[in-house]
Amino acid sequence: MPPPDTNPFFRTVSFMLRYIVKRMVFAIPTLFAVSIVAFIIIQLPPGDYLTTLMADWASQGGAVEAGTVAAMRERYGLDQPIYFQYYKWIAGILMRGDFGISFELGKPVTELIWNRLGFSLLLSVLTLCFVWAIAIPIGILSAVRQYSISDYTATFLAFFFLAVPDFLMALSAMYIMSAWFGQSVGGLFSPDYVDAPWSFGKLLDFAQHVWLPVVVIGLGSLAALVRIMRANLLDELSKPYVTTARAKGMSELELLLRYPVRLALNPLISTLGWILPAVISGEIIVSVVMSLPTTGPLLLRALLAQDMYLAGSLILLISVLTIIGTLISDILLAITDPRIRLQ
Amino acid sequence: MTDIVSLPPETGPSLDLRGKDMAVAGQWRLFWLKFKKHKVALVSLVVIIFMYLVAALADFIAPYDPNATNSRFTYAPPQVLSLLLDGSFQPHVDQLKMTLNTESMRREFTPDPTKPLPVSFFVPAQPYRLLGFIPMQTKLFGLANPKPGDSMYVFGADRLGRDIFSRVVHGAQVSLSIGLVGVFMSLILGVTIGGISGFFGGWVDLGIQRLIELLRSIPTIPLWMGFAAAIPVGWPPLRTYFVITLIVSLIGWTSLAREVRGKFLSLRGEDFVTAARLDGMSEIGIIFHHLVPSFISHIIATLTLAIPSMILAETALSFLGIGLQPPIISWGVLLQEAQNIRAVAQAPWLLFTPAAAIVISVLALNFLGDGLRDAADPYESVS
Repeated sequence: MPPPDTNPFFRTVSFMLRYIVKRMVFAIPTLFAVSIVAFIIIQLPPGDYLTTLMADWASQGGAVEAGTVAAMRERYGLDQPIYFQYYKWIAGILMRGDFGISFELGKPVTELIWNRLGFSLLLSVLTLCFVWAIAIPIGILSAVRQYSISDYTATFLAFFFLAVPDFLMALSAMYIMSAWFGQSVGGLFSPDYVDAPWSFGKLLDFAQHVWLPVVVIGLGSLAALVRIMRANLLDELSKPYVTTARAKGMSELELLLRYPVRLALNPLISTLGWILPAVISGEIIVSVVMSLPTTGPLLLRALLAQDMYLAGSLILLISVLTIIGTLISDILLAITDPRIRLQ
Repeated sequence: MTDIVSLPPETGPSLDLRGKDMAVAGQWRLFWLKFKKHKVALVSLVVIIFMYLVAALADFIAPYDPNATNSRFTYAPPQVLSLLLDGSFQPHVDQLKMTLNTESMRREFTPDPTKPLPVSFFVPAQPYRLLGFIPMQTKLFGLANPKPGDSMYVFGADRLGRDIFSRVVHGAQVSLSIGLVGVFMSLILGVTIGGISGFFGGWVDLGIQRLIELLRSIPTIPLWMGFAAAIPVGWPPLRTYFVITLIVSLIGWTSLAREVRGKFLSLRGEDFVTAARLDGMSEIGIIFHHLVPSFISHIIATLTLAIPSMILAETALSFLGIGLQPPIISWGVLLQEAQNIRAVAQAPWLLFTPAAAIVISVLALNFLGDGLRDAADPYESVS
């Protein structure tokens, strides 16, 4: 057996490990910067957390004890300079998982967000799967039959869907469903199933509700991906190796799937880095329109009520999730494309 | 010098694209020749110019005051503007007949073909100032002799009986100008930061590139929402408008900065830059005399492609109720009326009229930007 550093398999694995560690170290400053942005958003509205809270209590006729106020000032470091407040805030999150209190709802932020964040994540992942599953075949078809009716149709639809904002798409979809099919849409479950434990029936009900938001959120990114896949594949199809393979008598389908499609897929994986933020943005605004139980409506409500700890925590967590997603896509790209990790 | 003399006239219809003419044609001429071939982009350019003209002349084109309410005609449906009556040219709309549906307790309107209301062009109107300074007393079109109870809602009316057509035309002023103003802010930020990044290189470049990557990795909608929600409700409309534009262009400059940086990096080593430097030209002089003119067409293409995303961002924020607020009229503000599905089901024109305006302008800007980008490299296809 050869020593580990000459064995190609071990070399690849060690390259990969080094690459992954490098990418993760690079992500740390990004995460830090995102936390600062979220903290700035929390601090933006005039007045601090406690003035809002006290105004809230006073409006409900509750007396505020001086001791409580002092304790809370201490806890959030409100008398301290701004960087110390940031330190208190971020330390609370990292050490104790304490995101502060939502004063509008009177509950710790952590109690409110995880469930909704889970649905947001689920919806985004489903949308990504849908977009990829549809975009690749359409892109291939569009490239292979370049300048055919189907290519022109796909191109026109791609430009059209890129021009329609997500929320307009959501509203139009809801209008069409209710006006033409007589169905009310909205939410992710029927009323009977909202509080029911997970079961096969609930899963079925979920599937009946979730497809429309997934399609609505996905269409914009789908259009972009089809264009990219088409362009990539067209580049590959004009290369000499394709002619060689054809001259050797390889069948068209086998030829197409064996080399050009595989090569054209690589740049597509790298688009995850911007598709993911777009899908998450779309998910938030579509959820508001369709009143889905995800982070979107909660974030909007928190922002309108200036419930800043809740809003800031949501923005922080959404951004962190996106950065992790981008990290995963970078690593996937390195696994599938050796040229990237050898750079 | 003799070459220049032998050039055909600027508007010459036949220009040999492979011959000597092409070799001496200027950058902008090549740009235009290539752009002309992209028919969709050419049509889009016309559409865009038309839309900005409509926005500029909104007071003249809109038949009604966008804020004038009419309680008689709440949720009145669109009235078809037909040009022919009994075979001759007589533009008219049919009068609306209102009946109260006692079951749903709603007003229902039906057009009455027996009562055509004549529509004419250049009708007298209340005095106003076109573009803010030209005193005018006529509007492009309107009812020839309006009586109380007559109406002309070509795109329908909203819940207060305001004319949707007039509102969409006036909304174009804000929605389309936000794109332009935002792009201008992005231009300043992007060219400055991208130029610094590309010209100096080294750790400055590294830091700026990390910042751009960071800004691009955050989902934009929650970030915009966070900043927009902090705008105090009591602010005057103009200030809100500028702050929203600033927020929207916060992301837009990054793509421009990347473009500029890439061009700086690739051009820095070119012979003509070295020649200029050896000639004793200052760095600033090199940037503005040699580098900027050589990538300006790329910048124009990138800027055009950035406008639609800004229009969409403003629309989304205003729709959610954290962007522009009434009494400002923008397409996003108009869509606030269409926020719940019941209003849309009752009056679909509340949704589809502003939506059509948004989709057409964004589509045209995208096609135009695409054509400009293809034309931005006029030398590539020739060589």
